[in-house]
Amino acid sequence: MDLNTDSNFHHPHKKVFRAYRAGDDFYEALIEMHQGLSDEDSQRVNARLILLLANQIGDLSVLQQTMDAARKDL
Amino acid sequence: MFSTYKNPVYEYIKSPDQSADKAVHHPVIVVGAGPVGMGAAMDLGQYGNDVLVLDDNNTVSVGSRAICFSKRALEIFDRLGCAEPMIDKGVTWNVGKIFFRDELVTQFDLLPEAGHKMPAFINLQQYYLEEYMVDRLNQLETIETRWKNKVITVEQDDDIVSLTIDTPDGKYDLSCDWLIVADGANSDVRAMMGLESTGKVFKDRFLIADIVMKAGFPPERWFNFDPSYHRGQSTLLHRQSDDVWRLDFQLGWDKDPEEEKKPENIIPRVKAMMGDDVDFELEWASVYTFQCRRMQRFRQGRVLFTGDAAHQVSPFGARGANSGLQDTDNLIWKLKLVMQQKAPQQLLDTYCDEREFAADENIMNSTRSTDFITPKSAVSKYFRDATLELSKRFDFARKLTNSGRLSDTAVLLDSTLNTPDEDSFEGDMVPGTVMSDAPVVNQNAKQWLLNSLGNHFTCLIFVNSVDDLSLSELEAIDTLQREEIQLVPLIVVTEQALTTIDDIQILAETDGVSKQRFDALPGTTYLIRPDQHVCARWRSLDADKVRQSLLRATANL
Ligand SMILES: Cc1cc2nc3c(=O)[nH]c(=O)nc-3n(C[C@H](O)[C@H](O)[C@H](O)COP(=O)(O)OP(=O)(O)OC[C@H]3O[C@@H](n4cnc5c(N)ncnc54)[C@H](O)[C@@H]3O)c2cc1C
Repeated sequence: MDLNTDSNFHHPHKKVFRAYRAGDDFYEALIEMHQGLSDEDSQRVNARLILLLANQIGDLSVLQQTMDAARKDL
Repeated sequence: MFSTYKNPVYEYIKSPDQSADKAVHHPVIVVGAGPVGMGAAMDLGQYGNDVLVLDDNNTVSVGSRAICFSKRALEIFDRLGCAEPMIDKGVTWNVGKIFFRDELVTQFDLLPEAGHKMPAFINLQQYYLEEYMVDRLNQLETIETRWKNKVITVEQDDDIVSLTIDTPDGKYDLSCDWLIVADGANSDVRAMMGLESTGKVFKDRFLIADIVMKAGFPPERWFNFDPSYHRGQSTLLHRQSDDVWRLDFQLGWDKDPEEEKKPENIIPRVKAMMGDDVDFELEWASVYTFQCRRMQRFRQGRVLFTGDAAHQVSPFGARGANSGLQDTDNLIWKLKLVMQQKAPQQLLDTYCDEREFAADENIMNSTRSTDFITPKSAVSKYFRDATLELSKRFDFARKLTNSGRLSDTAVLLDSTLNTPDEDSFEGDMVPGTVMSDAPVVNQNAKQWLLNSLGNHFTCLIFVNSVDDLSLSELEAIDTLQREEIQLVPLIVVTEQALTTIDDIQILAETDGVSKQRFDALPGTTYLIRPDQHVCARWRSLDADKVRQSLLRATANL
């Protein structure tokens, strides 16, 4: 499977009327997750989050593509 | 500073009310002749209601402030009879571009489809907008505007609102049945009534400068994250009329606003952005700290809060004036029905429910944009910059990039005034949404669907041809016209409108646009509120159902 880089955020059971809405809902939740954390704790939370998301994806070929995409241009 | 605009001065005229023995009574008084107060006044005055407008000043906005006016605001202005000069003078635009470290990363087109009378946005200095609104106010004999009339006390009981006004000739008293408050973000009336608008202040400062220059840039919104000439901050460039350009510079919290406002400090910033050799004059500048907040309840008995007095947002989505006009669009038809005793006062509470919901959505979107532009912590800055970096390569990151979600309309899905669908429909014209415009033909003349609606409930019926209407449908149309609450049928036919029916407007489809937007199989019937919101729809016309929905939409059920 190829890495999906099109916008893919959606609410499973809710219709939203603006294209930006679901993505913005996610982004806000992401920043909210870090609310009140020290920088170091934020890093730890990010690491945990990546591991959880990686397991959710599971497919090693997709995961390798995400890692390549993330590392590129550094 | 240089000036392309001379503020008009509206004459203070002493009113006979000022020498009366006791407070003269008016049905409706509007406090504040900003865009929102004037919108409210026109909406009443244009349909024959007397209204008195009081403003503590005697001119339009000093300095530009708002510049972006949305399609929906323009549709409202069009109904109120003043959109034309705005569109003629304004700069029409649909495209926004976002740059990151000088590189274009993404762009958006706000109105990708044709078949709407109004553009997605125009840019027009607030002073022009207000001037055209004052011109329109002055055309309407039902509206009296008193300049240099400052409201200094407000009291109410169950039956009446009492005011004291201060003028160049001293104080006088007035009373009214309903007071519409549109006196802006620092609302005096709100304070007089001991009420608050609460929310949050963003710890950042923005220098907003309007400059006059001849430049060949297209009329697009250019937002720059971290540009080389203004490292670590953001800037915005946007064109207005008369070769005036709006420049925004994010400054950071530690900057001294008084220092930053000085022309000798502004000019180098402008030169860094526009280039050393560009010829420009500074027209107006100010330094802002933004906030997002609202009042808890927009209705307080007989006092109705609207616009910035009721809610305030940071300007990145241009959701201030644009949403304020949607407040009065929502409020006035309800107030008129209550004044005519055709609806209970509870209808006014639905103004609060619906517009507080919309205010929350506006505040949410404006807050999210401001948080993206001004990350509050190290980690949120990492995510922000990562989003921008990835946006050079990936669509999903482009969509997450948030330089302002430009004003749109709230979909009032959960409004108690809606009748839930019992039939199934495709598309977005759900109860609670503003109905879409579409091109139509009226006896060989091109016309717009929104312009075909009056300021009353409309029963919009789609049929293949008028000849297809059955006797019972014709009867239904006839009985609905005799409702106590004015309901006007409007028929859209998909074929040429050859037949006419007495007193009923019949329009013909153009290129299947309305059919598609309204998912209009033959027989499809929509009930449209006076503010052009869909409140019910069916696959066939049934007079009883329409009547029930009409009662529900007016809080009579
Ligand atoms: C930098 C900036 C950029 C903006 N950009 C946009 C934009 O692009 N699009 C947009 O939609 N919005 C924008 N806004 C917001 C917009 O300017 C406001 O939302 C809009 O002016 C609110 O209109 P209003 O009628 O509620 O209040 P105001 O325009 O503030 O009008 C209030 C009126 O009440 C009068 N008044 C006050 N007190 C009294 C009293 N006691 N008695 C009698 N009269 C009184 C005042 O003189 C004034 O005329 C921007 C704002 C800023 C600051």
